[in-house]
Amino acid sequence: MKMKRMLGLFLVLCLTVASFAACGTKEDTGAQKSGDKFYIGAIGPLTGGAAVYGQHVKYGAEIAVKEINEAGGINGKQIELRYEDDEHDPEKSVNAYNNLKDWGMQILMGAVTSGPSVAVAEETKNDNMFQLTPSGSAPAVIQYDNAFQVCFTDPNQGAASAKYISDQNLASKVAVIYDGSDVYSSGIYEKFIEEAANTNLEIVAAEAFTADSKSDFSVQLQKAKDGGAELVFLPIYYQEATLILTQANGMGFDPIFFGCDGLDGILGVENFDPALAEDVMLLTPFAADAPDQKTQDFVDKFKELSGGDIPNQFGADAYDAIYIIKAAIEKAGVTPDMSISEIGDALKVAMTEITYDGLTGAGMTWAATGEVNKEPRAVIIKDGVYTLFE
Amino acid sequence: MKMKPAKQVSNSTRSNLITIGAIIIVYIICQIMIANGSISNLMKGLLIPLCYYSIMAVSLNLTVGILGELSLGHAGFMCIGAFASAFFSKVTVDTIPNVFIRFTLAILIGALAAALLGSLIGTVVLRLRGDYLAIVTLAFNEIIKNVMNVLYIGVDSEGVHFSIKDAASLNLEEGGQTIVNGPRGITGTPKDATFGIAILLLILTFIIIINLVNSRSGRAIMAIRDNRIAAESMGIDITKFKILAFTISASLAGVAGVLYSHNISTLIATQKNFGYNMSIMILVFVVLGGIGNLRGSIIAAVVLTLLPEYLRFMQDYRMIIYAIVLIVMMIFNWNPKCIAWRKNHSIKGYLAMLFNKQKKEA
Amino acid sequence: MSFISYVIRGISLGSVYSIIALGYTMVYGIAKMLNFAHGDVIMIGGFIIFTIMSTMGLNPLIAVIVAIILCTLLGITIERIAYKPLRKAPSLAVLITAIGVSYFLQNFALLIFGADTKSFTSVINVPDLKLAGGNLTIAGETLVTIPLCIIIMIALTTFVKKSKTGRGMVAVSEDRDAAILMGVNVNRTIAITFAIGSALAAVASALMFSSYPSLSSASGAMPGIKAFVAAVFGGIGSIPGAMIGGILLGIIEILGRAYISSQLADAIVFFVLILVLLIKPTGILGKQIQEKV
Repeated sequence: MKMKRMLGLFLVLCLTVASFAACGTKEDTGAQKSGDKFYIGAIGPLTGGAAVYGQHVKYGAEIAVKEINEAGGINGKQIELRYEDDEHDPEKSVNAYNNLKDWGMQILMGAVTSGPSVAVAEETKNDNMFQLTPSGSAPAVIQYDNAFQVCFTDPNQGAASAKYISDQNLASKVAVIYDGSDVYSSGIYEKFIEEAANTNLEIVAAEAFTADSKSDFSVQLQKAKDGGAELVFLPIYYQEATLILTQANGMGFDPIFFGCDGLDGILGVENFDPALAEDVMLLTPFAADAPDQKTQDFVDKFKELSGGDIPNQFGADAYDAIYIIKAAIEKAGVTPDMSISEIGDALKVAMTEITYDGLTGAGMTWAATGEVNKEPRAVIIKDGVYTLFE
Repeated sequence: MKMKPAKQVSNSTRSNLITIGAIIIVYIICQIMIANGSISNLMKGLLIPLCYYSIMAVSLNLTVGILGELSLGHAGFMCIGAFASAFFSKVTVDTIPNVFIRFTLAILIGALAAALLGSLIGTVVLRLRGDYLAIVTLAFNEIIKNVMNVLYIGVDSEGVHFSIKDAASLNLEEGGQTIVNGPRGITGTPKDATFGIAILLLILTFIIIINLVNSRSGRAIMAIRDNRIAAESMGIDITKFKILAFTISASLAGVAGVLYSHNISTLIATQKNFGYNMSIMILVFVVLGGIGNLRGSIIAAVVLTLLPEYLRFMQDYRMIIYAIVLIVMMIFNWNPKCIAWRKNHSIKGYLAMLFNKQKKEA
Repeated sequence: MSFISYVIRGISLGSVYSIIALGYTMVYGIAKMLNFAHGDVIMIGGFIIFTIMSTMGLNPLIAVIVAIILCTLLGITIERIAYKPLRKAPSLAVLITAIGVSYFLQNFALLIFGADTKSFTSVINVPDLKLAGGNLTIAGETLVTIPLCIIIMIALTTFVKKSKTGRGMVAVSEDRDAAILMGVNVNRTIAITFAIGSALAAVASALMFSSYPSLSSASGAMPGIKAFVAAVFGGIGSIPGAMIGGILLGIIEILGRAYISSQLADAIVFFVLILVLLIKPTGILGKQIQEKV
C-alpha cells in the first residue's frame, strides 16, 4: 500500500518535471528561430459558441498571409502565421498567448472577441508586444498604447447609429433589442441610448436577451410592437438576428430593422430566406457582395478555403489586419531580428503614420490611442443583396 | 464511498504530509526553473490557474466526497469570490498601496462573501436530496451568473451606487468610476496574485479540509454521509453540520475566485468561466481524482487543465480528442473489467515481479 | 390582450421544452442517470434533418424518419460504448462520461458541419392560427407540437404500464437487483430505454428547430439544460410531469421576461424552480422517496 502510494507520487513528480522541462526546451528553439521570418500570432475562438468568428478570422488572415508570401513577403521576409484557440474565454486566451510566445511570436493579431482581447492586452503591454485586434471592439482593448483596432469601437458604433438614424429621419420611435450578456452588444446599446437622448429619437422599448435564452424573442418583439416602434435597432450578431427577423415576420411586425457590423453575414447564413432580411439596414464597414475587384477576389479565395462559406466582416477585418501589419512594418522598416519590444515601439509609431485602403474601409488612419478612423457605410438589403443607402 | 478505518489514521496523516511535501517540492522546482529561465511561458502562465483549479477541486471534494452531496454550482461561489475581491481591490488600489495587505484583505473578502452566500444557499439547498439538490445548486449558479451580468456598481465621493439597468442610471457624479460594468464586468483588477501565494493558499485549503475531516465535526459530517438516519438518531445536528461543510467548501471556492480575478485583468461572468460548464468541469476533476480523495483531486485538476493546452498541436481535433480522453479515462477508472486488468498489470505488480526475480537470482 | 399572447408564446416555448424533457425523464426514470448528452443528440438530429432536407432536397417526412433511425442508432451506440461499461460504477462516474459524450458530440458537429449557423427549414407545414382578429397568433409549429407531445406522453405512459418491456423498465428503475432475479434483462431494457429516448430526441429536434430555426453545434446544450430543469420541475422520472414542467417553464420564462425583467429572465426561471422544489422537494408530480431505515 505504502509503496504504491510512494510510487504514484514519484511518477507524478517525474511527469510534472518532465513536462516542464519539455516545454523549457521548446522555448529555446522558439526564441532562436527568428531572423529570417516574421512570426505573427493570432488568437481567437475555434471551438465553442463563438467559433464562427474565430474561424472567419483564421481564414481571412491565412488568405492575406498567403498572398503576401507569394508576392515576396514583407521587405523580402516571409510571414509565418500561427493561430491558437481561446474558446472565447479570457483565461484560455492568455494561455494561447503564452503558447504563441513559446513558439516565437513577434506580433499579435488578436484576439477576435472583446473579453479575451482585453485580457491579452494586459499581457502584450507587459511584453510591449504590438497588438492589432481585427474585431475586439471594446474600448478597454486599446487602453494601452501598444494595442490597435481594425474595427470600430462599440461606443463609436452606438453613437454613429443613433446619429445616422436621426440625421436621415428614418424613424422617431425606436426600440432596441440587445444581448445583455455580451460585451459587444451591451457596449453599443449603452452608447446608443445615451446618444439618442441628444436627438429627436424616442426609445419606446429596450429589451435584452441573454446567451442562455436566445431562441425566443416574442416578448421583445411584442414590446417593440406595442410601443409603436418604427425602427428596431439590433446591435447584435446575425445568428440571433435571423431568428428575430423570422419571428417578427410570424407576428406580422414589419418595422425598419437597423443593425451594426455584427449583422453582416446574415445573407451568408446557409438556407436563410433573404426575403426576411429585405430592407434591413446596417452600418457596416464591409459588404461581401461589394462589386469591387479586391472584395470579389477575397470572397472567392475565402469560399475556396472555407468550403463555400461567405466571409463576414470578421474575415475581412483579419485580412485587412495582416495587410495593416505589413504596411506598418514597411513604414517603420522593422526587421525580424529585432526584439519584440523594439518591434512594438517601432510599429506603435508607424501605425499613426500610415493610411491604408482595405476591404473594410478606404483611407483608414489610426490615432495614437489605437482607435481607427474610417467611414462606416450604410447599406440596405434589397432583393437579397447589399445596396449602398443614399 | 468507504470510511477509513481508525487504525489507518496515522497512515493517512503520513499520506497527507506526503501530499503537502510534494506540493512544496513542485513549488521549489518551479521556482528554480523560473529563476534560471528554463520554464516555458505557457507553463509559467498556468502556474496560478493550476493552483486555483486545484483549490476548486479540493473544496468541491469536501461537498461531494466528504459531505456526500452532489453540487453542480461550485463555480457560482468562485464567481462571487472573484467579483467581491476584484471590486475591493479595484476600489482600494490607490488607498492601500501595499500589495500584501491589499491582497490579504481581498482574499478575506472573497472568502467571506462566498461563505455568506454559501451558508445562505446551503440552508435552502440542503433540505433537498440527491439529484434535486444538484439541480438547485445548478440553478443558484445560473442565478449568480445572470445577476452578475446585469449588475452595475459605481463609486464616487458619495459612496457606492448600484443599478441593474445600465451604467448611466448609476447617476455617478463627475469623476465617479463605474467598477462593475454589467456584462463587461470588472477590467483592470491589479494582478496581485503570485505563484507563491497561490501555492500557500492551496496548502492552506488542503490543511483546512484535512483538519476538518479528522475533527469531531468531520466525523459527524461523514456519519451523515454514510447513514443519515443513524447519524440523526445518534444526536448529530444534521442541518448544522451539513451547512458547516457546505459553507467551508463555498468559502474556499471563493478564495479560488480571488486568485482567478487577481491573475487576469478582465473579469466577466460567462457560461465558460462561472456557469454550469465550469461547475461540471470541477466536478470532473473530483470524480476523476477519486471521490473523497483530496490528493487525487489535485492531480486530476492539474492533468485535466494541462491536457487541452498540450493538445494544441492537434489543431481542430483538440477538443474531440479531449472528450475521448475524458470518456476513456472514466471507463478505465471505473469499469470492473478495467479495474481487474489494472490489478493484474499494475506497475507495482511488475516491479514486485522484477524484485522477486532479482531476489531469486541473488 | 398582450398577457394572453404572452401566455400563448409561453406555451409554444414550453411545448418545445416538454418534448425534450420527455426524453430526459424517460432515461432518468429507468437508467437513473442524468444524460447530459441528450441535448446534443437533439442537435445532431437537427443536422441530420437539415442535411437531408436542404442539401439533398428530400421530403421533410423522409428526413424526420431518417433522423429518428439515425438518432436511435446513435443513442444505442453511445449507451453501448460510454455508459454500459460503467453500469456498476457510482452514478457520478456515468454523469461525467455523459458530459464527455456531450463535448464529443458538440465538437464532432463543429468539425463536420462547420461553425456557422444554419437556418433550418420548418418541417411542419401548418398555417398559423389567427385569433381575435389577428391580434393573437398561434404558430403552426405549436399547433403540431402540443398534440404530438400529448400523444407521445400517453403512448409512453401506456407503453411503460402495459407492455412487457415497459414493465421490465419499471422493474429496473425500482430495484435493479430484484429485476434481475425476476428474469428481466437489465442491459437490454436500458438499451431500449436509450433507443426510445434518442428517438424522442430526433422528434424533439424536428419540432424545436422548426420553431426556432437556428442550428449550430452549440444549439443543443442550453435547451438540454432547460429541459432538464423542466423535467425536475415536473418531478424527474414522471412522464406527465415532464410535459407539465416543460409548459410551465416556458410560461414562466416568457412572463418573467415580459413583466419583470428581460435581462433577468434566466434568473427568474431558476428562482421559481428553487421555490417549487422547496415547497415540493420532488417536483410537481414526483414520487415521494421513501427512506429505508
